[in-house]
Amino acid sequence: MKKFLAVLLAVAMVASLGISAFADDEYDWKAYEGETIQVALVQHTTSSAIESKIAEFTEKTGINVEYSITPEANYFDKVSAALSSKTGSIDLFMSGAYQLWDYSAAGYVEDLTPYLEKTFPGYDFEDLVQSAVNALKWDGVPGHAVGEGAQLGLPLCFEIYSLAYNKRAFEEKGLEVPKTYDELVAVSEALKGWNGDGSYGLAVRGARDWGTIHPGYMSFFTAFGAKDFAIEDNKLVSKLDSPEAIAMTEWFVDLVQRGGAPSWANYTWYEAGADLGAGKAAMLIDADNNGITQNWIKEDGPASAEAGNIAWAPLPVAKEGDTVYSNYWTWSMGMNANSDAKDAAWLFLQYFTSKEFCTYGSIENYNMDPIRTSVWEDPAFLAKMEQHEGYIDTFNATIDGTSIYFTPQPEFFVTTTEWAATLQDLVLDDGDVAEAMTALAATVNEAVDYIDLADY
Amino acid sequence: MATPDHIGVQDGINYNEIPAKIRRRPYYVVLPGLIILIGIMIPFVTAIALSCTNYSFKLPTTKFVFLKNWIAMFSNKDFYHALSVTLRYAIYCTGIQMILGTIVAFLLKADNWFTRILKVLFTFPLMVAPAIAVLVWQLMTSNSVGVLEKFLNLLGVFNFPWAASKQTAMFTVVLIDTWVNMPFVILLVSAGINSLPKSPFEAAQVDGAGTWFTFKTLTFPMLKPFMYIALLFRLMAALQEFGIIFALTKGGPGDTLMNISLTAYLTGFTYQSLAKALPYLLVLWTIVNVSARLIVNRQRQLTKQAAGIQ
Repeated sequence: MKKFLAVLLAVAMVASLGISAFADDEYDWKAYEGETIQVALVQHTTSSAIESKIAEFTEKTGINVEYSITPEANYFDKVSAALSSKTGSIDLFMSGAYQLWDYSAAGYVEDLTPYLEKTFPGYDFEDLVQSAVNALKWDGVPGHAVGEGAQLGLPLCFEIYSLAYNKRAFEEKGLEVPKTYDELVAVSEALKGWNGDGSYGLAVRGARDWGTIHPGYMSFFTAFGAKDFAIEDNKLVSKLDSPEAIAMTEWFVDLVQRGGAPSWANYTWYEAGADLGAGKAAMLIDADNNGITQNWIKEDGPASAEAGNIAWAPLPVAKEGDTVYSNYWTWSMGMNANSDAKDAAWLFLQYFTSKEFCTYGSIENYNMDPIRTSVWEDPAFLAKMEQHEGYIDTFNATIDGTSIYFTPQPEFFVTTTEWAATLQDLVLDDGDVAEAMTALAATVNEAVDYIDLADY
Repeated sequence: MATPDHIGVQDGINYNEIPAKIRRRPYYVVLPGLIILIGIMIPFVTAIALSCTNYSFKLPTTKFVFLKNWIAMFSNKDFYHALSVTLRYAIYCTGIQMILGTIVAFLLKADNWFTRILKVLFTFPLMVAPAIAVLVWQLMTSNSVGVLEKFLNLLGVFNFPWAASKQTAMFTVVLIDTWVNMPFVILLVSAGINSLPKSPFEAAQVDGAGTWFTFKTLTFPMLKPFMYIALLFRLMAALQEFGIIFALTKGGPGDTLMNISLTAYLTGFTYQSLAKALPYLLVLWTIVNVSARLIVNRQRQLTKQAAGIQ
């Protein structure tokens, strides 16, 4: 009997494999051959990996891909203009979750939920990092958390925020890597001039746009117990003037003034990361993968002057043992609701979020952080990341406290742009934080005043 | 009272006898101009109409809000700040470029191998797209890799803030604008210098007039019409400046460089509230239009004076 059951089981397994293989062969990748899709990509390691495989995608599907790669500082202005034209001039676009709130409120974003019913057989949706997938779901109700509602995009990579530091700087100065807020300020100040005139302690973003708020600032903002909005009487009410928000901002302004870059107000992802790589900044608080782009030692040489000297640690906390909070960002790809090549675009989306591509993107190429669980568990990936000291440990220490800490609402750009402008004023003018944050809260309240949650 | 038979008779010419094809010719001549005018006026009238609505890329429907957007703009202190930045930027850029451009044009007046090389070099920035020029300057002013930083390091200056400081941001954007656009003034004024008639200067020389006297009473008055053309183009462009400021600081630090163009762009596109942005653009149009008219009228007057008509 046992022998019979074993044979039956073996037959069933072979049959299921055969059905699976048959189904995979049956998936018609050529169904939209000859169609052309337009894809908007941002300048990022993800885009580099995608770009290197577009020819293969075209060969597999017969779909022509026209794409543009734009620096992040100008990228969303370009996408906003293209989407608002409602002409379908782009079919797919890279985006973060926050921007999708604005775009979906305007009706520009296709809900991908029905498309997920028609994935190719080996796609394995469950293998995608589900926190990244859920970050891209939203029901469209301002104030409601992400994780429910329409699937506004699929992740391409994600990032958490941590402290990247130059080991050489700390060894030469005999300093310990900061673990608390106070230590961070003191060490940032102590590292001024660590590598000659013009070098400084800590690089963080400071440009007049949303990018300044969402990495380290928003992570610390949450750790201080502050929130951006509360719902009161069916209205969104800004809490940027709360005691926690003011205390956090006072601390952050002091940190930048004492240990930040002299040209902080111009700093985006690129400048902040480049300064760490160039040996100008001793520390960087930003996306974990920003420091990594400076630390690779590739076959064609090191990525930067300080490549190999960079290590990672979790963000400092109020006191040792506290939970490490990190805001969450995922570069994803959304589909234009006005696209006239949606099915062809869906093939592109599947291809570039598949296991095969993610394995290639993160192990053979340099796309971080991978959005496939199978890649995170792949020994080849873990071995590759060993050259980045503390990266995996920092990720593991931070991931449980990682989430999107912005309140989903359709005025994200207004809120964060005005927020960044206020922060610039405070750092450069040394103004009264409480007064500035109260004025900022009033501006934000005015922007979201039209939102009545009773209408949803 | 004229009868139908006499309608086409005027000044002894019977217009009814002229073939219709020829009679319609004046209308055909003005037709292209009319079509272009309509093409210009449609977006302009649409902009005025939309400025009185709540039109937004985010809202599915649009409703008429009368002058709400206009009142909101005029009661917003950010508008007056943007107006101030717009005017200051235009005055600094135009003033510096006119003065320096004119001086350089006079220095290049001599025709030798050195000035011929310099004339070619000075035209290089005009061949660079402004956005590319800003990218080049962004790199040059970078504290990490910029060539200007390395140069200043030799003088003992480190981390000069350029566009990252409220004190130096306006200086930096005016510097870039001057680098890009001053050659335009040099070219125009040089063309003016080369086209001046020789006889008045020969007469002045015979009469023993000094250099300064000749410049004050002959060269400068006759050159003014050319300078006003340069002034017209530079002032109009500087009032509308967007590319250099946006690419360099997006209007920052804080609101330091938020001029009318940037405020309108941010409101209309980044914040997706086009109707709120349009009053800003219409005010800017009015400023540009009025200043251009004043300059054109003055230029015509000076041309007549230089020709001895007035």
